[in-house]
Amino acid sequence: MYIIIIGGGRVGYYLAKALLDEKHEVLIVEKNAQFCDIINEEMGNVCVRGDGCEAATLTEVGTSRADMLVAVTGEDEDNLVACQVAKHKFNVPRTIARIRNPQNEAIFKKLGIDVTVSATNIILEAIEKEVPTHPLTHLITRADKGLEVVEVRIPQDAKTIGKSVKEVRLPEGTKLALVIPKDRKPAIPNPGTVIREGDQIIALTTPELEEELRAILTGI
Amino acid sequence: MKIVIMGCGRVGAQIATLLEQDGHDITILDIDAYSFRRLPPDFKGTALLGNGMDGDVLKRAGIEETDVFIAMTQGDNRNVMAAQIAKHIFHVPRVISRIYDPLRQEMYDTLGMEAFSPTAIFAELVREKVES
Repeated sequence: MYIIIIGGGRVGYYLAKALLDEKHEVLIVEKNAQFCDIINEEMGNVCVRGDGCEAATLTEVGTSRADMLVAVTGEDEDNLVACQVAKHKFNVPRTIARIRNPQNEAIFKKLGIDVTVSATNIILEAIEKEVPTHPLTHLITRADKGLEVVEVRIPQDAKTIGKSVKEVRLPEGTKLALVIPKDRKPAIPNPGTVIREGDQIIALTTPELEEELRAILTGI
Repeated sequence: MKIVIMGCGRVGAQIATLLEQDGHDITILDIDAYSFRRLPPDFKGTALLGNGMDGDVLKRAGIEETDVFIAMTQGDNRNVMAAQIAKHIFHVPRVISRIYDPLRQEMYDTLGMEAFSPTAIFAELVREKVES
């Protein structure tokens, strides 16, 4: 694939290296002359100096034949514009933008960017997974559909222990999809399934109801 | 009309002053409180410190009841992003933005944003002066 990367900072640099290793054709567009020199010296001539939001620069690097454009500068607005110019002027089939403000995820989707990558959210998710005491882990988030798949661990002092699913009043719009007990096989819960300490519960929810669901399941 | 202006530079402050004199309800945003010195002492509108690309700041500025949003910062991309948030997220009826780069201006104009390029306008003006 021919992949254009906008921004030759640390993210762009290591991304280009990884993509070159996978035998893709890679080109970086970077404003800073010094960064360009370093990249060109280390990786061969893969960096063009210029503003990746300018149509003239994108024409020069043959954007109309690119399979993908990835904008990874440090500024959300620059990444948005680079992707939009690539899409509307050059018909690039796939655009990916790095975002710093997690709020911009939904906005960028609405403005036609195919994929957004938020380092803040990725780090948060990794922390949740690595810290076993955290009672709620995000497994899948589809902000555009208002859907979340989460895992909730039942702590030893939870009020729900010993109650059946039927007795626990879940918020409207959430659903328990799977119960993974400590010492038994995972099972799809039915109204009679009893919640026990240490159960891992996989549930479907929305971003708004997530906190209420956690409070009800782990309620102390 | 309720008008929100993003960017209190020379142009932004001047527009705010003129529109306020015409009796409009003005809120002007800037990320640097020092910029508000450009507003006249008798300015009756609201000067709000904050980033116009942030939905929460826009809500505080009353974006949901705004008739016209004007993006006037130094950064083309900042103007483009804020203007699109105002238009597509908050459905402001009229959105006007300054885009220095004529090519970008042309593109966003065809995408339905009222964008104008001071570069193109000023170059044309000077050409007319020279050739007249």
